[in-house]
Amino acid sequence: MKTLVLVEHDGSSIKDATLAAVTAASQLGEVHLLVAGSGVGGVADAGTKIAGVQKVHVADGGHLEHQLAEDVAPVAAKLMESHDAFLAPATTTGKNVAPRVAALLDVMQVSDILSVEGADTFTRPIYAGNAIATVKSKDAKKVITVRGTAFEKAARDGGSGSVEAVDAGGSSGKSSFVSAELSKSERPELTSAKVIVSGGRAFGSNDQFHALLDPLADKLGAAVGASRAAVDAGYAPNDYQVGQTGKIVAPEVYIAIGISGAIQHLAGMKDSKTIIAINKDEEAPIFQVADVGLVGDLFKIVPELTEKL
Amino acid sequence: MKLLVAVKRVIDFNVKPRVKMDGSGVDLANVKMSMNPFDEIAVEEAIRLKEKGAATEIVAVSIGPAKAQETLRTALAMGADRAILVQTEEEVEPLAVAKILKGIAGEENPDLIILGKQAIDDDSNQTGQMLAALLGWPQGTFASKVEVAGGDLNVTREVDGGLETVKLATPAVVTTDLRLNEPRYASLPNIMKAKSKPLATKSPGDYGVDVAPRIETLKVTEPAKRQAGVKVGSVDELVGKLKALGVAK
Repeated sequence: MKTLVLVEHDGSSIKDATLAAVTAASQLGEVHLLVAGSGVGGVADAGTKIAGVQKVHVADGGHLEHQLAEDVAPVAAKLMESHDAFLAPATTTGKNVAPRVAALLDVMQVSDILSVEGADTFTRPIYAGNAIATVKSKDAKKVITVRGTAFEKAARDGGSGSVEAVDAGGSSGKSSFVSAELSKSERPELTSAKVIVSGGRAFGSNDQFHALLDPLADKLGAAVGASRAAVDAGYAPNDYQVGQTGKIVAPEVYIAIGISGAIQHLAGMKDSKTIIAINKDEEAPIFQVADVGLVGDLFKIVPELTEKL
Repeated sequence: MKLLVAVKRVIDFNVKPRVKMDGSGVDLANVKMSMNPFDEIAVEEAIRLKEKGAATEIVAVSIGPAKAQETLRTALAMGADRAILVQTEEEVEPLAVAKILKGIAGEENPDLIILGKQAIDDDSNQTGQMLAALLGWPQGTFASKVEVAGGDLNVTREVDGGLETVKLATPAVVTTDLRLNEPRYASLPNIMKAKSKPLATKSPGDYGVDVAPRIETLKVTEPAKRQAGVKVGSVDELVGKLKALGVAK
């Protein structure tokens, strides 16, 4: 089987989520990559070095600079004439593009797979991860998105793939990029961080959220996450959200502070290796999944913890 | 501008789903069902566009069992003008839903179709993108802001790195994220009024769509359970645990 993996990149480097998708693809067969963008020769070269990659298809064109789904999907669909499975990381980029590719191919997509059980059989979470379905795709070609935390990341070196330029198509003329407001942070990225400190609504304000959590995160070299309630309340930006509909994370250590543990939040973090919970309510559901719990007032505990680390 | 809004009847988001003993799926018997939360946001956005004068008519659509009528009545009570139920007792996959919605779009000629970004039962996150592809329309997925600017839409999207704004020519498809708006509750008079709003019933065959599943569910199991661990009594003990884990020096 020949697979085509959509590379997620920012124009210069390949995002980690791609590496998990490469691992999933390698369990299906030969791994090819698709790099779509503008001036992405460097990204393509980096792609050839990923362990297990045999070929990198590069669609390079000015109209692909922002990787709009309307323009990327037809390029991918065309390449699928000579591939059997299309895989994308289950990130906002992958989730935006993959179903569009699936519809162009008249294929029913398998979203957010956790494992490859066979050439056409996969497991995936449903109902916010409260159930795991084993599903078999009957379509001749497969379109799949891959949960980044469920697969090991392929090594960024050791591969010796070739590069092939492909037709980049043209602009659909129906959509265009206007602007982006991307969070800038010196901290590790949420989805690839080894340690995450995450805050809930109990912080009470944007100021207190950052005044208490940022120093703790800096001490631990951790990324900062948030519950939906904290994001809805405006304490943290949307890209901090961990949960069913936010980011799915599985760090070595997840420290949930002032988070009660709603189903939707647990769906995003319960595969973390170690979960530590700090909450003033000892009945909070978060303690049912936590390896280590501390009951108490976060406004006292967090500064003391930061100081003692 | 004419708006089409798609809504799905799903397990209520406050209910903890239980896997059936025989592994055939999730037990939905006697479970509270509601409108998919993301679809409520879609309905609300449509109503706000109408209240602002940017939209003239809102048609709500649902594809599902006879009981999905209740979901459509909720949309009508919130403020949609009329409803279409494409009735089937089968479970319809996103690709088939997109094909049916394409058929409806062909009859209704909406300028904008708003859908929830995902349903909280199968968590697929596909239908809007598939519909846009089938129609050859642009898509604004995971929207946190929708602005009408002449014949175009400026859609701000929640992406992994932050926010991104794209401009879409209409007709277009938008899928909603959590922070687009806070849906209203239908008032009692509006619930009463909704009962007399038109609701047409169709079948997938009316749109020539075969809803036979492409994906077979072999089994459904419970995820591995985490065991509750230990409680520590002080910050010092917690620091000790963090040191043992190697994350603190």
